[in-house]
Amino acid sequence: MFLWFHKFGSAPHFYRIAGKWIPWLTALFLILLTTGLYGGLVLAPPDYQQGDSYRIIFIHVPAAWMSLLIYVLMAFCGVVIIVWRMKLAEVVLICSAPIGASFTFLALATGSIWGKPMWGTWWVWDARLTSELILLFLYLGVIGLHNAIDDKRIAARAVAILAIVGVVNIPIIHYSVEWWNSLHQGPTVTKFDKPSIHWSMLIPLLLMALAFQFYYALTLFQRCRGELLKRERNSKWVNELSEGNDV
Amino acid sequence: MSEFFAMGGYASYVWSSYGLTAIVLCLNWYLPRRTHQQILRQLKRRHSKQSSLDRKK
Amino acid sequence: MYNGWIFHCDLFDMKRYSLTQAFLFLLKRDLTLSFRNRAEFANPLLFFILVITLFPLAIGAEPALLSRIAPGIIWVAALLAAMLSLDSIFRSDFDDGSLEQLLLSAHPMPVLVLAKVAAHWLVTGLPLLLVSPVLAVMLGMPSEAQGTLLLTILIGTPILSLIGSIGVALTVGLPKGGIILSLLILPLYVPVLIFASSAIEGAAGGLDVSAQLYMLLSFLFLAVSLSPLATASALKMSMG
Repeated sequence: MFLWFHKFGSAPHFYRIAGKWIPWLTALFLILLTTGLYGGLVLAPPDYQQGDSYRIIFIHVPAAWMSLLIYVLMAFCGVVIIVWRMKLAEVVLICSAPIGASFTFLALATGSIWGKPMWGTWWVWDARLTSELILLFLYLGVIGLHNAIDDKRIAARAVAILAIVGVVNIPIIHYSVEWWNSLHQGPTVTKFDKPSIHWSMLIPLLLMALAFQFYYALTLFQRCRGELLKRERNSKWVNELSEGNDV
Repeated sequence: MSEFFAMGGYASYVWSSYGLTAIVLCLNWYLPRRTHQQILRQLKRRHSKQSSLDRKK
Repeated sequence: MYNGWIFHCDLFDMKRYSLTQAFLFLLKRDLTLSFRNRAEFANPLLFFILVITLFPLAIGAEPALLSRIAPGIIWVAALLAAMLSLDSIFRSDFDDGSLEQLLLSAHPMPVLVLAKVAAHWLVTGLPLLLVSPVLAVMLGMPSEAQGTLLLTILIGTPILSLIGSIGVALTVGLPKGGIILSLLILPLYVPVLIFASSAIEGAAGGLDVSAQLYMLLSFLFLAVSLSPLATASALKMSMG
């Protein structure tokens, strides 16, 4: 077990394995994406309240889920970096950040676009939107801090600390804003008000969520491979790689 | 078919969301790939320069 | 400005001086240095006053409107003033090498960090506490809310100093750290802002706000116990 972990943490090994997996991950992603989209856009019936506009949900909710999941993963990598100084965790953390930020942006943008016909407004300061916006700033902070520090090993530890502190902050922000709104009796917090979601909508939703997870994995692997080459360009295994003809 | 594209009158909202998502996902797929290939090209160039220098010695 | 002369290496030798003595010494040293450099002391305060003054000028001095947004204005200004003043916690020590000395001492770094943050709060947060009632009156805040205002600033500004110190520790080694600092810290400040302004508004409306105050108090306890650890860790890492 320890041997597997140690081997997994080795850069050339990860580079090779990631390279092999990317095509499979891409295939799975595309399959899940097409079935999810077909189920959501074609098969699922229009909502009796929202008509066809509710179909944005099949992008919006999975994107929001990914934005949260990726940040938690980053915090987990942060712990691994601080405790074990594992180089691979450093690479995974910093490569996940732009992907997480993209999903957060998509969640906010698609939510806003969905909100316009539904609530009549592009934006409203309720708990979910506000805490999602702050999450975007947290991601940008991680990317910014990492860019600002030249020594990338030190940069990794800095963003590890930031990721850990930030993950504690996310539930705090969410609940404090929820509190804030209910105290102010602010604008009506519209919920997707159904007793439970119908399976014809649930299944495409879950398929899309799974598809996004595979997308995250394949883009993460792609980014990590590039980042590993950059970081280890003076090492032996990279030299041997540039000798060979296959990548 | 045209009914599908009309999305019950909400076409601009639904399709702009999906379109935006498609753009973001494609960029996130394409840009790292391009970076990776650029790095590989650079490394190969550097390596061949190095080995031609070694051969001259 | 060479601050190192105030350090005696053996002062941080555990065998000769206890942790409490080291804490108090560091606190006193930082306060002395701050009082010598008046700007460090006066600038955040003046900034606070100026920002608050800008609002009536920008929004128009309609009393009803001003008194409604007064809690928010005061707290946003406090937040910005805190961020402006944060750089001073570690900057001069970083520049002259005293920070490295501190890291080398035998005493646990989190406690020393707490001393520095305490000094920072006394110099930047406490003046805000003293000045805010005056500003609250100028903005037309009802008198029932002023007690709550003072309470939230008393509890909240130490939290700002503590959480801010994490951000400063992460960016102290960077040339243009100040800009990144704001981006890092503002998301962490948001809960304090929300509960504090909600408490004051509630009090202005005559509601019971003990819940918000307890939340703020719990944030304070969390910050006092955990942030020095994060700050110390970040400092060790920033110093390479």
